Amino acid sequence: MRNEHKLRAQIRTLVDGGATGLAILSTILVVAPLVAIFIYLVYKGASSLNLDFFTQIPKPEGEDGGGMANAIEGSGVLLAIASIIGVPMGIAGGIFLAEFGRGTKLANAIRFTADVLNGVPSIVMGMAAYSLVVVPMGHFSAFAGGVALGIMMIPTVCRTTEEMLLMVPHSVREAALALGVPNWRSVLSITVRTASPGIITGCMLAFARVAGETAPLIFTALGNSYSSANLNQPIAALPLQIYVYALSPYDDQHRLAWAGALVLIALIVIAVSLVRYVTSRGVLKGAS
Amino acid sequence: MGVGIEVTTLNAWYGTNHTLQDINLNIPANHATALIGPSGCGKSTFVRCLNRMHETNPIARVTGTVRIGDVDIYADAKPVEIRRRVGMVFQRPNPFPTMSIYDNVAAGLKLNGYKNRQALDEIVEKSLKNSALWDEVKDELKKKSGASLSGGQQQRLCIARALAVDPEVLLMDEPASALDPVSTSKIEDLIFQLKSQYTIVIVTHNMQQAARVAEKTGFFLNGRMVEFDSTHKIFTNPADKRTEDYITGRFG
Repeated sequence: MRNEHKLRAQIRTLVDGGATGLAILSTILVVAPLVAIFIYLVYKGASSLNLDFFTQIPKPEGEDGGGMANAIEGSGVLLAIASIIGVPMGIAGGIFLAEFGRGTKLANAIRFTADVLNGVPSIVMGMAAYSLVVVPMGHFSAFAGGVALGIMMIPTVCRTTEEMLLMVPHSVREAALALGVPNWRSVLSITVRTASPGIITGCMLAFARVAGETAPLIFTALGNSYSSANLNQPIAALPLQIYVYALSPYDDQHRLAWAGALVLIALIVIAVSLVRYVTSRGVLKGAS
Repeated sequence: MGVGIEVTTLNAWYGTNHTLQDINLNIPANHATALIGPSGCGKSTFVRCLNRMHETNPIARVTGTVRIGDVDIYADAKPVEIRRRVGMVFQRPNPFPTMSIYDNVAAGLKLNGYKNRQALDEIVEKSLKNSALWDEVKDELKKKSGASLSGGQQQRLCIARALAVDPEVLLMDEPASALDPVSTSKIEDLIFQLKSQYTIVIVTHNMQQAARVAEKTGFFLNGRMVEFDSTHKIFTNPADKRTEDYITGRFG
């Protein structure tokens, strides 16, 4: 009897160790590609990073040097337009799905549409923006690129907002209603506020995803070899510039493409951390 | 000051489930009234009908009349107006997790557009004093989150939040059932102090608690009110056999 007990305990320890080992291995497998990509980017791109890269516009083909100042600016402009379009519309949609339209046919239709939209290839988004914005306007523009990216943000923001709102405990909503607060006010001031850390994460995910998109910009923002502050004109973007340089026959441009990719990832990381830092400062000690 | 509550042929349903059947009851002003009964007997549903929270559930339905003071709450008023006059404290403490202690107490007023800062400061202080929490939190009112307090403190915070909107009636749905004995006795002391200013209706599973805090007690069973009388009478000489069986612990 005693021996049997001992044996079982040993088997348990063994199985426990095995399961923990598997979990650690899987984690490493998941993180490894990310780390590998980053190391390779640093290895290939860091040597071309200098002040010129951030301050100069591209040199004519064949000439060495030059930078991507216009592309960095352009990506900033495009992402700003995209966020102005995508974040409010996505959040508003998510609030409708979770709070006001729960169980209605309209809400189910919207949820289904958002899921389908999420799966639409990004080049199709570019074509949609091309026919909706570029064709009526008659020319490529920063605005059209921003619209394409903005539409791509909507489903992610919308669905994460919905999920996060549904995670707010029922007791918190009841507390607000029992104080005589009207439902709309309770939703905006209590439920959305309680869910805001998750909603912000959703917005950041959507932002990071579209920041690296190339395909939807090909027919919309087009790209530009010069700096442009005009939303009505074609504009450069980091992913576009990387794409063009990576296909070029010149070694120097290849190096710049690697540096561009490194900068793109670094900028996304910085932007996401910055938003998290700023928004977490308002949160109180001990909350959540 | 508190006002009396007059309930006439109140019926309530969840879907097809007839949870409350023909309840008639007069709850006196400025007293504590306890509702006891086994789980699922309808006492929580009953208090939720007194501030129209019952109907926030989409499948819920209610008929009959409830008069609070001079107002027939189902005929003459909107739910939000009623809920400002009838405060509620729930079974589990439910402070707003992202708000400071101060904002939790001020929430009812702020969310209804009340802006006078100085008056808000006074109301928050008064409410926290009334709920016996002031001394424990006064130094960290705006720094600490309501969710960082202990369970008992959170429940007193919720009471302060309900008091801040200056209700006439305070409904308490098993306010101490999730708390330890020390916190429970604090809540009971509080009910004792508050009942001179508010009409208090408290749902409880704890019969000693009902005996300690309430002048009147109602016994609910299977969606009906079996007996309603002075607490002393209910616990010493109940008129109904079922009440006696319940308080002597033969079921429930």
